Amino acid sequence: MGEKRTDLLRGTLDLLILKALSLEPLHGVGISRRITQITKGAFQVSFGSLFPSLHRMEEKGWVEAEWRSSENNRRAKYYRLTSSGRAQLKVEEREWNQVVKIMTAAVESA
Amino acid sequence: MNRKGDTMSGRIVSVFRNLLRKNTVEQALDDELEASVELLTEEKMNDGLSHPQARREALIELGGVEQVKEEVRSIRAGHLLEDFAKDLRYAFRTLAKSPGFTAVAVLTLALGIGANTALFSVVNGVLLNPLRYAEPDRLMALYSRFPNYDRGSISYPNFLDWVHENRSFSALAAYRPDDLTLTGRGEPERVSAEMVSASFFPLLGVQPVLGRTLLPEEDQIGARPVVLIGGGLWKRKFGSSPDVLEQSLTLNDVVYTIVGVIPADFRYTGINFQQSDVYTPIGQWNDPTFRNRRAGMGTFAVGRLKPGVTYEQAKSDLEALGRHLAEQYPDVDKDTGITLVPLKQAVVGDIRPTLLVLMAAVGFVLLIACVNVANLSLARSTGRTHEFAIRLALGAGQGRMVRQLLTESLLLALAGGGLGLLLASWGLQAALKALPQALPRAEEVQLDGRVLLFTLAASVLAGVFFGLAPALKTSRTDLQETLKEGGRGLSGVRHRAQRVFVVAEMALALVLLAGAGLMIRSLAKLWRIDPGFDPHNVLTFLISFPSRTASPEVVRATWRQLHDSLNAVPGVQAASLDASSIPMASESDLPFWLEGQPKPSSQAEMKITLFYIVEPDYLNAMKIPLERGRFLSPHDDEHSPPVVVIDESFARIHFGGQDPIGKHVNFAILDVTAEIVGVVGHVKQFGLDEGQAPGLEAQCYFPIVQFPDQFIPLLARRVAVVARTAGSPLAQIESIRHALGQINSQSVMYQTKAMDGIVADSLATRRFSMVLLGTFAALALIMSCVGIYGVISYLASQRTHEIGIRMALGAERWNVLRMVLGEGTKLALVGVAIGLVAAFGLTRLMANMLFGVSAHDPLSFAGVAGLLILVALAACYIPARRAMKVNPIVALHCE
Repeated sequence: MGEKRTDLLRGTLDLLILKALSLEPLHGVGISRRITQITKGAFQVSFGSLFPSLHRMEEKGWVEAEWRSSENNRRAKYYRLTSSGRAQLKVEEREWNQVVKIMTAAVESA
Repeated sequence: MNRKGDTMSGRIVSVFRNLLRKNTVEQALDDELEASVELLTEEKMNDGLSHPQARREALIELGGVEQVKEEVRSIRAGHLLEDFAKDLRYAFRTLAKSPGFTAVAVLTLALGIGANTALFSVVNGVLLNPLRYAEPDRLMALYSRFPNYDRGSISYPNFLDWVHENRSFSALAAYRPDDLTLTGRGEPERVSAEMVSASFFPLLGVQPVLGRTLLPEEDQIGARPVVLIGGGLWKRKFGSSPDVLEQSLTLNDVVYTIVGVIPADFRYTGINFQQSDVYTPIGQWNDPTFRNRRAGMGTFAVGRLKPGVTYEQAKSDLEALGRHLAEQYPDVDKDTGITLVPLKQAVVGDIRPTLLVLMAAVGFVLLIACVNVANLSLARSTGRTHEFAIRLALGAGQGRMVRQLLTESLLLALAGGGLGLLLASWGLQAALKALPQALPRAEEVQLDGRVLLFTLAASVLAGVFFGLAPALKTSRTDLQETLKEGGRGLSGVRHRAQRVFVVAEMALALVLLAGAGLMIRSLAKLWRIDPGFDPHNVLTFLISFPSRTASPEVVRATWRQLHDSLNAVPGVQAASLDASSIPMASESDLPFWLEGQPKPSSQAEMKITLFYIVEPDYLNAMKIPLERGRFLSPHDDEHSPPVVVIDESFARIHFGGQDPIGKHVNFAILDVTAEIVGVVGHVKQFGLDEGQAPGLEAQCYFPIVQFPDQFIPLLARRVAVVARTAGSPLAQIESIRHALGQINSQSVMYQTKAMDGIVADSLATRRFSMVLLGTFAALALIMSCVGIYGVISYLASQRTHEIGIRMALGAERWNVLRMVLGEGTKLALVGVAIGLVAAFGLTRLMANMLFGVSAHDPLSFAGVAGLLILVALAACYIPARRAMKVNPIVALHCE
């Protein structure tokens, strides 16, 4: 049971990261801030989950990383969606919408 | 050309980067986290916090840098492991799909790795492993040094002075073999025996399984006769019973008390030492000759350095000691000294360079095996180009592809290594059994942990070596070209690589063949050498007499009786007793001076001659040619003036052009002056490749019955016999044994050997090297010919289409044959040429293994070059014939 729940959460986190990156490349802290922003402060992603997810997504080839200067002239590792990352975002969005529909229907039928 | 070189080196760099990937990942992760902390700190400082406070808050928000790193790491590692498992499964599947390739590759590698494993286990057991004693590095062998020989035996009085006067050793022990017959416990039995100092076993750190070792007070004249027994005798005679202590053992009519049992696996390898049934205290022996400072009596010594004393310190200590003894006993010890050799070096001897040459040779075999398998996988990967191109097109990284191909190679190499290990253990047993005398410490050669580690390392290295080149080439595949070519594969580059591989194989094989050829020529020369006697159909053995005290008259009578009954045995043509040196088996030497010359003031200034104490029939038994005068006759007996017969070397060295007959030789120790009555041919005492003991060339023969009375007890315990037989010597053993039993039921016949076997044993080490080098060269020959066959077949099959066109256009069949054969010949010739140059440089290293052949012997070089070219041509002939038989219509339809 617990495992299922983590999977769901991890899937959610992946979707949020992909979404956060869909506008522009961001560094780790930026992604965290962006997620807080687009969820209107509802989600505070811990770095302990963020970085492992980012690295896993890099291994899968969804994101690419490069070192760049930040707006304040600090060097930071920026993540950028790859084409397969964009495709994955589409897939996850579609799946999420389906889950939402199904769950909504299920909850309201009662 | 240049551009190609650049990409190649670039690729190698990227592979190394992949191998070093783990560290790069770690570093990047550190950097990323540090940057994040700084970003967060800055953010918080903008909110008005001080720098330290901001940084602390940043760290808290990050949630512990180490935990984050650990999380990321586990993801990365899991990924690698997952890839590896995938690669492994994939490798298994692809290899299983081509069983022919897999079988040939595994077998080739098994031969290469197996040969290396076997030889490494020899090197490991003989050279690398420490001796199996406590603190073996502090053990030293000691010898007497004489002007002509630096590893001579030690006289017991000198040894006792060494013990008392040295300052470097915590203990010294002397030992010498003894001849003892055990009676009173069943059939009389000749037991192997060593006399040892009380300190011998404690010094080596050997614990008795039962009882104790000898006590210093038992190592004295007049002490109670006590004996230690070996584990073998304990089991054989006492059923390993624990109440053997204090039981009595009758040896040569003396009743000894058993005080301890030495472990059955105790080994000590030293001159004149053998694992024995009984060990008696050497200090109890009161024989006057043994107690004479002039006589070594086959005694040698071993010592343990005091802690902290170096070899050099001990050596200079002994030098001083030797000088002191020379001053004290000028007539005996002048110009003599003490030789000190670390025990391991004394045991291993001069086998080291031989083993290193063999190790290098066997390394070449593995190299050839690798090249061969690389070639095979290259040919095979041509057929897989399409597969690789598709995988690349589907997004596989090039590094990933290399890793996957390397996994395949490693799998093959490990399978080869496993099979090789089996081959090695089987081959080793066979080799050691066939030639047990070839190696010191042969019993310590085994497949231990270090050997297994070596095999693993060799397998992995081989896997990377033969896997890397094809893997790199394959991953460089040009996608578009390949996919367009419709799966027919690339040609140019890959074919050149295959040609280079074949040339390399040919060159390596030629070097090995040259080495083996030189070894074979050396042995052929050695076998043709005349040992100075005829070893065929001669039996030698020893006879022990249990009698303890016997008057010289009784002993002489026994000898005469023995001689008569031996010569009466049907099938024995001539038999003679031999009480000292036996050709290629044992030697005794004596100092002498010639009558008419001034008597030397010290023993060191005297000349030395090998000494054979024999009977008149010796000449016929051994078929040694008589050159001048006469041999010993039955009339030379104890009542007539002493006579001696010398060999041609004695005559040449000490008389030059003069006639030696009628001259007198004075044997100082024996106190005998004998007249020279004849000259016989020289006998190769030290083996066919004689030359190991320069200064011991002169030989002389002395009649056994004329041996002085006071020394007869020394010869009374045992005597050797040489007997020329009508047929096979070993077939006569039983009738001779029967005849002996009739004279003395207590005497025992032992160490029965055919003389030609002894001659063969004297070449055991060289034969061992020859057999191994020959085997390696044969493997190399077979592998390289399989290699050239494979490549030529492959190239010819690639050209089937072209051949079809040529033939359709009217080319003769023999043109095709010549074309394909020419291709092979070209490769073989280039390989042979390079090999000849390499061999010319490398065979110098084996110069000390050769005999009578130059390391650059043109005949051997030309012979093996011709052989290799012939065999290579034969290997190419098969595909050439196939190409010649190509049916143009079928060939053209193929497309």
